[in-house]
Amino acid sequence: MTVVVDYDLGNVGSVLNMLKKAGLQARLSGDPEVIRSATRLFLPGVGSFDTGMANLNRLGIRPALEEAVLERKVPILGICLGFQLLTKSSEEGVQPGLGWLDAETVALRNLSGIPDLRVPHMGWSRAFPRNPSLFAGLEDDARFYFVHTFAVKEETCRDTVLATTEYGGRFVSSAGKGHIAGTQFHPEKSHRYGLTLLQNFVANFPCP
Amino acid sequence: MSVIPVQSLKRIIPCLLMGTSGLVKTRKFDKPKYLGDAVNTIRIFNDKQADEIILLDIIAGRERTPIRFNIVEEIVSQAFMPLCYGGGITSFDEVRRLLRMGVEKIALCTAALENPGLISEAANACGNQAVVGVVEVSRKGMFGRQEASLHGGRKKSGLSPVDAARRMVEAGAGEIMINHAERDGEMEGYDIELVKSICDAVNVPVIACGGCGSLDHIKALFATTAVSAAAAGSLFVFHGPHRAVLINYPQPHVLTGIASR
Repeated sequence: MTVVVDYDLGNVGSVLNMLKKAGLQARLSGDPEVIRSATRLFLPGVGSFDTGMANLNRLGIRPALEEAVLERKVPILGICLGFQLLTKSSEEGVQPGLGWLDAETVALRNLSGIPDLRVPHMGWSRAFPRNPSLFAGLEDDARFYFVHTFAVKEETCRDTVLATTEYGGRFVSSAGKGHIAGTQFHPEKSHRYGLTLLQNFVANFPCP
Repeated sequence: MSVIPVQSLKRIIPCLLMGTSGLVKTRKFDKPKYLGDAVNTIRIFNDKQADEIILLDIIAGRERTPIRFNIVEEIVSQAFMPLCYGGGITSFDEVRRLLRMGVEKIALCTAALENPGLISEAANACGNQAVVGVVEVSRKGMFGRQEASLHGGRKKSGLSPVDAARRMVEAGAGEIMINHAERDGEMEGYDIELVKSICDAVNVPVIACGGCGSLDHIKALFATTAVSAAAAGSLFVFHGPHRAVLINYPQPHVLTGIASR
């Protein structure tokens, strides 16, 4: 069962809508038992880093996720804040992240060195793929919808950078390691480009 | 404001108004003209891959009637692009409910000025990117100064549009939408000077709305101001001098020409 993790933070409705359009039966759940037995996971998220980590811990979701993803190797796609939570840390908060991706999340203004950069970065930008796993079959002009103030810094990313994007400076818009991947942008709100990306995730990140 | 090398496409956003039943388009916030069913309209914009949708319930916003959650949810389920909802939001519970059903952003105007704490509460919990402060621009008398208004233009705030925008950003709004009552539906162009002054005053993305009658108006807006997005109602729902209802949106290559960046 594909499970969209509900940790009380984010636009879960949009993710469910797009997965339905992608032909994927998905269930929304914050129940650790359901998450533990999932065969594919989506970790969405809109909100702040510390609230995200606090909710994962408070709701008992974290150990269930660890069992599924780290032990059973269930594929997981983190989206936006969900992607940042996969990294080790974020300048947005003081809580450590899940740390499944060896990378750090920093403020876009620090990353770009532009103190008055207009943030959040909100809108459609290109993602320049480095790796086809999520981006196969997408046209050169594929664009994705971004809404964020923090981003994964390329220099800190020791796992595979799947794509980069520029806003003020270059940041990692998608990264992955094995069956774990994330996107800074919102595939669920990126029309057919996002649909293709989600279909790639399903095709190229097989269930255990 | 310095010119910043960014790589984001400026957004072109249909702004749709929910009337008593179905969508309407107003002129100067008045004389609503019926356009058609909201869900069908969203499907068309979806097929045309619109950048984003702004949906404003002018009934809930003006008459202070309850938010029509069931209609919003039906609309959202058909929107595979970001959707911003505004109109009649007065509490944090309503904000959460809207975001959970798949609304990306909520727009606050009256509540933003009467109860800035709601902006802060929503921004703290959901991130400031989810909270759009709407600066409604009206004028006192024919030659009076521009002022930020509330309740769909029915009440004046005593604040200049720039001050209202600043206050909203200080409270936590992650984006400002300028909704120009005087230019609404007139299709004679954006208020470039006002847009400039608000872009200079805040360092969050700014959406201009009110007055757009052609793609050239959008080009001029993008060429002369630091806005992040151009919103338009009439342009995307009417065709020809007699304002026949025709839902339309520029083709991707036309869009890229206008919005690059």
